[in-house]
Amino acid sequence: MEIILAIVIGVLYAAGVYLLLRRSIVKLILGLIFFSHATNLLVFLAGSLSKVSPPFVQEGQKVAQASVADPLPQALVLTSLVIGFGITAFALVLIYRFYQSSGTVDFDQLKED
Amino acid sequence: MQLIRIVGVVFFLAFLTPFIDKRLGKISGYLYALLPALLFTLLLKQLPDIIDRHFIIQSIDWFPLLHVHLSFYLDGLSLLFALLITGMGTLVFIYSGYYMQHYPMRGRFYFYILLFMGAMLGLVLANNLITLFLFWEITSFSSFLLIGFNHERPEARAAALQALLITGFGGLAMLAGFVLLGNVAGSYELTDLLQDGAVVKGSKMYMPLVLLILAGAFTKSAQFPFHFWLPGAMEAPTPVSAYLHSATMVKAGIYLLARLQPILGGTDLWQFSLGLAGAMTMLVGAYFAFTQFDLKKILAYTTISALGMLVLLVGIGTELAITAMVIFLIVHSLYKGALFMIAGAIDKTVGTRDIRHLGGMWPVMPVAAVATFLTLFSMAGLPPFLGFIGKEVIYDAKVQAPEIAVYLAILAVAANIFMVAVAFLFGHGVFFGKKKDPPKIPREPAIPLLIGPVVLSVTSLFMGIYPAILTQPLVLPAIDAVNASPVKLHIQLWHGLNLVFLLSVITVTLGLTLFFFRKPATKALRKFNQRYFKIEFADLFRKLVESFLSFTKRHTEVVQHGYHRFYLMLIFIVSSLLVWYQIYHTRGWGFEANWEEVPFYLIGISLLIITAALGAVFTRSRLVAIILLGVIGYAMAFIFILYGAVDVAITLILVETLVLVLFVMVVYHLPSYMPKYSRPTSRIRDGIIALVFGGFMTALVLKAEFIKISPPISDYFLKEAFTKGHGRNIVNVILVDFRGLDTMGETVVLMIAAIGVFSLLKLKPKKKKEE
Repeated sequence: MEIILAIVIGVLYAAGVYLLLRRSIVKLILGLIFFSHATNLLVFLAGSLSKVSPPFVQEGQKVAQASVADPLPQALVLTSLVIGFGITAFALVLIYRFYQSSGTVDFDQLKED
Repeated sequence: MQLIRIVGVVFFLAFLTPFIDKRLGKISGYLYALLPALLFTLLLKQLPDIIDRHFIIQSIDWFPLLHVHLSFYLDGLSLLFALLITGMGTLVFIYSGYYMQHYPMRGRFYFYILLFMGAMLGLVLANNLITLFLFWEITSFSSFLLIGFNHERPEARAAALQALLITGFGGLAMLAGFVLLGNVAGSYELTDLLQDGAVVKGSKMYMPLVLLILAGAFTKSAQFPFHFWLPGAMEAPTPVSAYLHSATMVKAGIYLLARLQPILGGTDLWQFSLGLAGAMTMLVGAYFAFTQFDLKKILAYTTISALGMLVLLVGIGTELAITAMVIFLIVHSLYKGALFMIAGAIDKTVGTRDIRHLGGMWPVMPVAAVATFLTLFSMAGLPPFLGFIGKEVIYDAKVQAPEIAVYLAILAVAANIFMVAVAFLFGHGVFFGKKKDPPKIPREPAIPLLIGPVVLSVTSLFMGIYPAILTQPLVLPAIDAVNASPVKLHIQLWHGLNLVFLLSVITVTLGLTLFFFRKPATKALRKFNQRYFKIEFADLFRKLVESFLSFTKRHTEVVQHGYHRFYLMLIFIVSSLLVWYQIYHTRGWGFEANWEEVPFYLIGISLLIITAALGAVFTRSRLVAIILLGVIGYAMAFIFILYGAVDVAITLILVETLVLVLFVMVVYHLPSYMPKYSRPTSRIRDGIIALVFGGFMTALVLKAEFIKISPPISDYFLKEAFTKGHGRNIVNVILVDFRGLDTMGETVVLMIAAIGVFSLLKLKPKKKKEE
């Protein structure tokens, strides 16, 4: 079942790598977002995907049923999502200021200054 | 007596200097002199015990597993050096009290020099080689600070750096030698090593370790070809030259050689290295001293010569040679310290120390003149001064040296002839001859400047007249320590008319002759130097350092080029190759793909993500890229829902929306299309790298699926979420309860990001100045 998701991860990583290697600062950030998407999916896949009901303890019971999904990757991905958001937000504002003060979105031109 | 306290109290005072100097101002220098004076008397009290061979060994564990201890050892040799350090220290502090009183950074000066004194005491008292090395490095470092004390002068900075590089290089080599020595003998304690001399000499590592240790000793003691840093070090204020660069620090190398003589000495390698370096240094120093103009430079070169003589004597290694070494060590410290102080006093009162602008000053400064001449007589080796005894014993040692006696005697006589001539040149040039017009009107130097020279010259005189009472008790235990066996020796002023005395007479006569013909001689020699010694060692060294720096700069520019994408590229390529290799190596290429179980909606979603990703990569419109990014985010949220991750999906949708809004907001201010900056070839290259990287990630997921190392910890969460965490949403319980600290860290990260975003948006950039 995971084969298709494995390919998705590969494509997301490839896209991320390609964009990170560009000179434009906007593409760099797009690449960063791709990277974090791919990593989130990778972590998520680390759990078993055979059980699909949400990880809740049913009303009136004390222990979760055997069919619930693995909660740990979910918790990890949640944390990573939020931190990824923080980084993206900061990076976005940074390129905004970067463009304001340098007038370019090209890294190489910045270096020559 | 706790030896560590002797060292510690000096360091302690060093760190108090900022407060003391602020309170006491100008007189602080005289007060600092009390400490070395106190230590001197304390150490002197130990002398009877040491003569009775009651040595002190004290040890505190420091890094016991590495055999590094704060251990200290007081025997004849370390006591002699400790007395020199504290005794000279007292006089130098009194001297500095006057000399440094108007310097702007006086407090800093005392800090450095106390730091040095503490380190130097630690060096000679240390019993552990690693501890010794530590103090050794502190002396190099404080010497660097003191040479560069007048840091506004570029010459001072260059000289300081040069001295630091050379002694630092030697120090590191020495550390390597110490480690080898410790490995061979199984201990870093000198007291243990002294028992293991035969083991060390028999080991295969003997030659490398000796050469490494000699590198340390030779650089520190300014042996040829490392001698040139010492004349450069004359940039330091004169109290520093008198203390570090004549009496104490440059003798650290001699101390080390003498200390290790019983362990490493006596072999051909040892005798040859020390003999060759010492003899060369002795001649080079004496020769160049003769042609200098600057009083301090003259003294620096004679110091080099004396250091060469000391190394040579250690190298000969006979009982007589060691005796000569110890006596000459004292002689030299006494006269050289005094002469440096006089040179500084003249510089201070008259305004120059160039011998061409000095002359005929004895009527105006009689006390200085008398002290100088007493000292110079000792330097020239005239009776009844200690210098005479020193020279006699040296000649004796050389005449009686095994095998090479004749050559050594000739060398020593040649060097001493120059010494005698230089001594007279110095004294005559300053105090007799025609009166010149120096920048300031000559008068007697202030009393604090003269205390040192007077005390030292008188000491030298009395030690010469009463050798049995004053000199012998000090010298014998030290000789004892170097020979590692008790010696019976009688030191006396008058040995009678023998070959040695004849050599002395020849030396003085020829020296005086050279002095009388000084004008043609120096003229001819200077011409000779200009023609044949055009290239100076210091210049060569500077060029070497410069070319090394430019080499590293070019080298760094290749590795640290400043293009982020090439750094990243390197990381991607290397990690791809490594992981691909590892996948192939452990799992092989084959894997089973089961397409039949894949539900059709998942294929649809996946295709959507893949298409959107490719579109986002290749589009030139920013807005399209952003929208496609949003598509990917929402599609991923759908996948999360499919596999039961409800909370993740909700959060992702929220985050994705926020990022979209932010992105659009930012991109609104940027140019609306994305220019193609890179060439097609580099895009193809990057595409290949991206595919290789993405490919291994896919392979990794497929291969990793089958790895089960230990039962997942999730089972614990599933079981205990409600009973312990009292929540029904297990993911929530993990986040706020089981892994609550992680979540707190996460919120902190978010807050920092928020502060960053806020300040970036809020703070206006400074307007560039109109050009």
